[in-house]
Amino acid sequence: MSEEQLQRDFQSKLDAEIRIEPKDWMPDDYRKTLIRQISQHAHSEIVGMLPEGNWITRAPSLRRKVALIAKVQDEAGHGLYLYSAMETLGEPRSKAIDDLHSGKAKYSSIFNYPTLTWADMGAIGWLVDGAAIQNQVPLCRTSYGPYARAMVRVCKEESFHQRQGYEIMMELAKGTPAQKAMAQDALNRWWWPSLMMFGPPDKDSKHTAQSMAWKIKRHTNDELRQAFVDKTVPQGEFIGLTFPDKDLKWNEEKGHYDFGDINWDEFYNVIKGNGPCNKERIKARRAAKENGAWVRDAAAAYAKKKQNKSTEKAA
Amino acid sequence: MTNDLLKYVLRRADSELVLGHRMSEWCGHGPELEEDIALINISLDHLGQSRSLYQYAAAVDGEAKTEDHYAFQRNERDFGNFLICELPNGHYGNTIARSFFYDVHSLLFYERLVHSADKTLAAIAEKSLKEVKYHFRHSAEWVIRLGDGTEESHAKMQEAIDEIWTYTGELLTDDELDIEMNKQGIGVLNSSLKDAWYNKVEAVLNEATLKIPEGAYFQTGGKSGIHTEHLGYLLAEMQYLPRQHPEATW
Repeated sequence: MSEEQLQRDFQSKLDAEIRIEPKDWMPDDYRKTLIRQISQHAHSEIVGMLPEGNWITRAPSLRRKVALIAKVQDEAGHGLYLYSAMETLGEPRSKAIDDLHSGKAKYSSIFNYPTLTWADMGAIGWLVDGAAIQNQVPLCRTSYGPYARAMVRVCKEESFHQRQGYEIMMELAKGTPAQKAMAQDALNRWWWPSLMMFGPPDKDSKHTAQSMAWKIKRHTNDELRQAFVDKTVPQGEFIGLTFPDKDLKWNEEKGHYDFGDINWDEFYNVIKGNGPCNKERIKARRAAKENGAWVRDAAAAYAKKKQNKSTEKAA
Repeated sequence: MTNDLLKYVLRRADSELVLGHRMSEWCGHGPELEEDIALINISLDHLGQSRSLYQYAAAVDGEAKTEDHYAFQRNERDFGNFLICELPNGHYGNTIARSFFYDVHSLLFYERLVHSADKTLAAIAEKSLKEVKYHFRHSAEWVIRLGDGTEESHAKMQEAIDEIWTYTGELLTDDELDIEMNKQGIGVLNSSLKDAWYNKVEAVLNEATLKIPEGAYFQTGGKSGIHTEHLGYLLAEMQYLPRQHPEATW
């Protein structure tokens, strides 16, 4: 079949909302875009374990401790099946991880901010997972089959995390004055970085147009950001917290909230590696890999010995 | 009688909590993503077991206490966990050796505790036993893989086994409380697990091409609240928030 014919088949599948599967022909750039996006997503899950892992040993009750550990475990699981979805495109997990460690591959820049108090576990669940859900629910309908199917499960668990985070905030907001101050401080620090999670404004986003045409993405960054603000502001007001934005107000005419300007300089700086925790996060991931090398080597050597023994027996 | 039972339940709960806490420190730093998930999973089991036991302790105690009271409001000398549970994680081989010795004990202990005259303890033991079987498989398989893997892993694993050995004696001896609880048909004599413990440990170490350490001097004290220097730091970290905000709920 000619390249043109293949291209036409591919397009007609997209038009008919038929999923593209691993063995189907696909344009090289479609494959590359997906590898970039899915690996970034997987890396975000894995790096995202660190800021929350930071509070596991200090969680203030057994119930919270167990819930936080279970949440971080879910994230490890998400990483695992996203890497698997990525591998169906021919990219090995080990290579993607090397790219993360060398700084070539990116991950969600929100995880380069430090978790300073227990309230940050609430704010991350409520805002960061909330923003992630906003981004990810449409991905359950993304055009690449294995990615869409992975996202169905991811979204179910993320929505549970979001409720758990909001519940932590709610408990703090109705608690002692010190607890309430802790919750407000966490909202102040996490609000703007959460809005940045949707990526640059549409006019500056270099990937959006092509990704929408391929039906990898279903909504633009600005649409998703607006929907997130509209949904989240009433939740914060309901528990008596104030958003750190003097321009934030309901616009009756538009039926949406207006909000202030996002500091995109900060966003690009964190992406470039200048965030408060970029170096620590990557250092922790590299250390895990290096410290575990002898363990993985041993497992491989042992598996080989076992295999040799069973081959001898068979012979 | 109530006091004895309370103390007996609490010290088992303490062992599960302290070990579960230690294992949770691995979160995000494991040698492989799959192992991260396994360690977190096992940590959750230990913490779950501690919660069942603390909740039972609260019921026995009868003074409107909660599970969190025992975990967050007691001091170093009040904790009755086995010393082995509080040892720092070290490298992966140390963590595996620590779990392995403890898991063999737990497996045998819960196998007998399911017959306890105390129905609640028997039920907790039955639920725990299902989890512990998996923990034992996980730790024993890693002892074998690391012992019989590469030269480096063999040396590291032997060193870990030798180092931790001195903390295993405590798993197999009884104090007055163990003897009393056993007399009442509620508890298990640790000394009765000794032969089975050695047989299981020896079988796994043999398969792993590792030597059983010769040292016969064992550290004790955990059950009577005389701990290693490590426990104080663990509790300081774990308890700081509820202690800083005594009026708060979370």
